[in-house]
Amino acid sequence: MAAQNDSVPSAGTGTDRVKRGMAEQLKGGVIMDVVTPEQAKIAEDAGAVAVMALERVPADIRAEGGISRMSDPDMIDGIISAVSIPVMAKARIGHFVEARVLQALGVDYIDESEVLSPADEAHHIAKSEFTVPFVCGATDLGEALRRISEGAAMIRSKGEAGTGNVVEATRHMRAIRAGIKRLGTLDETELFVAAKELRAPYDLVVEVARLGKLPVVLFTAGGIATPADAAMMMQLGAEGVFVGSGIFKSGDPALRAAAIVQATTFHDDPDVIAKVSRGLGEAMVGINVSTLPESERFATRGW
Amino acid sequence: MRAPVIGVLALQGDVREHLAALREQGAEAVPVRRPEELAGVDGVVLPGGESTTIVKLAARFGLLEPLRAAVRDGLPAYGSCAGMILLADRILDAPPDQETVGGLDVTVRRNAFGRQVDSFEADLAFEGLAGGAVHAVFIRAPWVEEAGEGVEVLGRVVGGTADGRIVAVRQGNVVATSFHPELTGDRRVHALFVEIVRRHLAEQSPSEENS
Repeated sequence: MAAQNDSVPSAGTGTDRVKRGMAEQLKGGVIMDVVTPEQAKIAEDAGAVAVMALERVPADIRAEGGISRMSDPDMIDGIISAVSIPVMAKARIGHFVEARVLQALGVDYIDESEVLSPADEAHHIAKSEFTVPFVCGATDLGEALRRISEGAAMIRSKGEAGTGNVVEATRHMRAIRAGIKRLGTLDETELFVAAKELRAPYDLVVEVARLGKLPVVLFTAGGIATPADAAMMMQLGAEGVFVGSGIFKSGDPALRAAAIVQATTFHDDPDVIAKVSRGLGEAMVGINVSTLPESERFATRGW
Repeated sequence: MRAPVIGVLALQGDVREHLAALREQGAEAVPVRRPEELAGVDGVVLPGGESTTIVKLAARFGLLEPLRAAVRDGLPAYGSCAGMILLADRILDAPPDQETVGGLDVTVRRNAFGRQVDSFEADLAFEGLAGGAVHAVFIRAPWVEEAGEGVEVLGRVVGGTADGRIVAVRQGNVVATSFHPELTGDRRVHALFVEIVRRHLAEQSPSEENS
């Protein structure tokens, strides 16, 4: 595939190594949802490793309802110009044209996201065909491996975005981790059965069993609202954190953003987490996930 | 002689890959997040990652000044990608207030090749490494715009409009690459750095060699 910038000397763009390698560079970091260039700047100043440009944060998508789509290209351009860190953006599940547009805009990573309204009820985007890398959500190991087989270069838990409630992200992180551990205990014949049960390609299942981890970087997302939430997810095996509504729906976004960045790096040091958790003002108002009707749950979107 | 202890700055980025690469070369590799952890190392690696994030965390947790002092006093250092930015005395295309550790008399341009869609892999010749070309992985990579007189150029891009751009340098005990040897199985750059650390260690404590 042709490079977008002719300073690149060879055709070696858009390779698996370059796509997955980009996610490796984000490890240990926090990626923050932003809806304006001003918010993007606050995120960069707070130490975000990347920003996710979107039209409405998940909490507002929940509150306002309606169809949620890719952001306005002008808004994405504005955010790209405002910061020097990587800019990600969301495309609807299965909406390969939104993804083509985001790639043309120069977005650094595309999130094929259940937070937006799905555009296809059966197919995810064929992500290997793109030069730009993709991150996708997963609730368990099988779903993660299906997304990787379609070309996802990074996986995140789905969680239940826009609730400020970390319980679903915890469930997904534990499920992915348990799935990986289980594969490590199986022999070759059992791995064939596991691949069938996971509805995932056999080769990927064998690779995970051998590595003891996913072949791509695993982040967490969905409902993270406090420094302690971020630290807990890191201890559950996340290699980094997406924070959506949790920052800009809180009382003091700049302070909370910096605190979550620090708690992610020092996730195993309760003294640091205690220190950065002081005086943050109000956290976002949460939603109890168990009271959410099935139709309002984002995590069930995608398959 | 004892195995050299090499710290990898572990605030953010591809720390695990550097730790693994250093261990394969016989070093004792340890993550460094606190000033007291830096005090015990014979060399330091600044990994790939997001340079703005790493330098902010380093400043906030009191590591930036100790790092500067250590590199200034001759502690061997190697930086890949973001690490190259951190080791540069001067940087371009960075937020106006972005600080660096410094130590390399170079001007480094951030994201010089473009955005992620322009990230690429390619072969290049690396001065002083036996065994042929290095397969280099560039991810939103910087390049060296200008190098001071005391800086040895070890590698340049071949072909394209970036042809000839400097992507690997050394000044004394400080080495930097725009690309990520930690992401490939080729350990020659890490071997070079471990050797620099070993020699520095031997010079610091000549009596140990006979003990």
